[in-house]
Amino acid sequence: MRKLSRLRRRKITAPVLLFLALIIVGNAYAFIGATVTTPGATASNARSTMVDEGRQIFLRGCASCHGLNADGGGIAPALIGVGAASVDFQVGTGRMPLADMSQQAMRKKPLYNEEETAALAAYVATLAPGPAIPGAAQLTFERDGNTAEGGELFRTNCAMCHNAAGQGGALTQGKYAPTLMGVEAKYIYEAMITGPQSMPVFGDKAITPQEKLSMIKWIKSVEAEKGLGGASLGKVGPVTEGLVGWVGGIGLLIAIAVWLTTKSR
Amino acid sequence: MSNKELEPLSDPGLPAHAHRKADHDEAAAKRAERKVAILFMLSALGTVLFIYSYIWIAQDIYVYVPIIGTSNAHQLFLGLGLTFSLFFIGVGAVHWAKTLMPDEEVIAQRHEMRSSDEDRADLIASVKENAGAAGLGRRSLIKRTLGLSLGLVGLSPILLLRDLGPQPGDDLTKTTWAEGVHLVTDPGNRRLRPEDLEVGAVAHILPEIENPAERSLNDVAKDAVLLIRMRPEDFRLDAEKLSWTYQGIIAFSKICSHMGCAVALYEQQTKHLLCPCHQSTFDVPTGAKVIFGPSARPLPQLAIKVSEEGYLVAAAPFNQPVGPSFWERKK
Repeated sequence: MRKLSRLRRRKITAPVLLFLALIIVGNAYAFIGATVTTPGATASNARSTMVDEGRQIFLRGCASCHGLNADGGGIAPALIGVGAASVDFQVGTGRMPLADMSQQAMRKKPLYNEEETAALAAYVATLAPGPAIPGAAQLTFERDGNTAEGGELFRTNCAMCHNAAGQGGALTQGKYAPTLMGVEAKYIYEAMITGPQSMPVFGDKAITPQEKLSMIKWIKSVEAEKGLGGASLGKVGPVTEGLVGWVGGIGLLIAIAVWLTTKSR
Repeated sequence: MSNKELEPLSDPGLPAHAHRKADHDEAAAKRAERKVAILFMLSALGTVLFIYSYIWIAQDIYVYVPIIGTSNAHQLFLGLGLTFSLFFIGVGAVHWAKTLMPDEEVIAQRHEMRSSDEDRADLIASVKENAGAAGLGRRSLIKRTLGLSLGLVGLSPILLLRDLGPQPGDDLTKTTWAEGVHLVTDPGNRRLRPEDLEVGAVAHILPEIENPAERSLNDVAKDAVLLIRMRPEDFRLDAEKLSWTYQGIIAFSKICSHMGCAVALYEQQTKHLLCPCHQSTFDVPTGAKVIFGPSARPLPQLAIKVSEEGYLVAAAPFNQPVGPSFWERKK
């Protein structure tokens, strides 16, 4: 008994007890909340819960810029009709929510997990029809793609911005086309059908779904390519190669010339 | 101050020749000899490494090398072996020369380059004598045919100047585009309907021809067109150029009016077209006006319309030559 009263008088006791109480109450609520959903909920019910969830996330995380009704604001575009694919690309690659108002949103660790992203996509898809997220059954590039055809399409449609080897490149005023190395097939496909940021849309009639798969297969083949000599220097072409050749190579020759003319003692 | 004090410094002459350590110290000479031998041995080892890599290192092994990254072991050791074998022969030879080979300074006087008068007279006399003996003056057949062949040799390079021509004629001003020619995708050669392009979409376009497999690269370099769809209310064009668009679809020559690179970096948000070669930037809503860079004039716009079957076709040929400037170009 004495031990207990001594314990009670210690400074740390009150906060610890409060913390434990909060955890118990919180868990109890979560448990009750979870049991409230009836086990007999239909698929459409689950769908509408997902949309509701998405709407909640949207109001919390996106509405301050994109507007309460997703109709855009002074600093952000309307999301009506952008489709689930757009949301999946922007949120799934971590580009949205924006970290700051720089020239361009860049790929970073996603803020929302897969379920939250799916819920957001489901909500935005209900606003107006738009491109849907390509499923695994659509991304059969290993089976249906043609690497040679993909390379030809890539050189005409993508290479000017993303570099002939898909390494990315500069645009105007600090904007850039990101590298395509290590980008998941799903996100490449979504980028083509939604045209994120500076990128234009490559619709299914201008470039058929089968052609898109070919392009993805080609990108993946470039990614898997092993450099014989190492030191790819970013695969951006003659500028870096020339720099290394002139600075390194000519530097070495100058060093040798200096050594040749020094007198031995 | 008298002139005496301003006399230039006297010529200090050459510095005394300092001999190397190996010249008078036997131990140092031995050390230098060993060093040279080691360098030559390194070269020999390089050759052995080259032969070993060629025969025994499999071609599909990749190793990680700091700085350089992952590279192919077969190629890497072939290169290193050859580098060692050549580089250390040179280094060894130079080190040998610098430390052990004779180090005496010799003064060699410079003489006049002109031959003496007697030698010159001798030469002229002997040329005259031998030319007479060869019978150049007498055997005129040889002299004439030699003249003919030498003269004809000179003709060949003159004939090659023909390759500067012929004049291009209307090649620079005409493209395959004409009224009613279908716009087809590049590659793929599929006709397009206006509804195939979403707002914000682009398509790379060539004119439809009977046999796409035989399309010449020269034609592609003139005919290539970029098709862009935007909201019609975003256009700021005069009435004529607006009539060349179709419901927000506008077509421009892809060939830069500066140096002829393919202008196709389209930024959907700013609606700018950027040329990757010299950063000429064209503003699409105002008819590809130049807003930055060295290009002197907008990209030529192709007038388009929809055919009776609902496909996009050209309404007229380009109204000006596509691509960079040339002497005869008007404007």
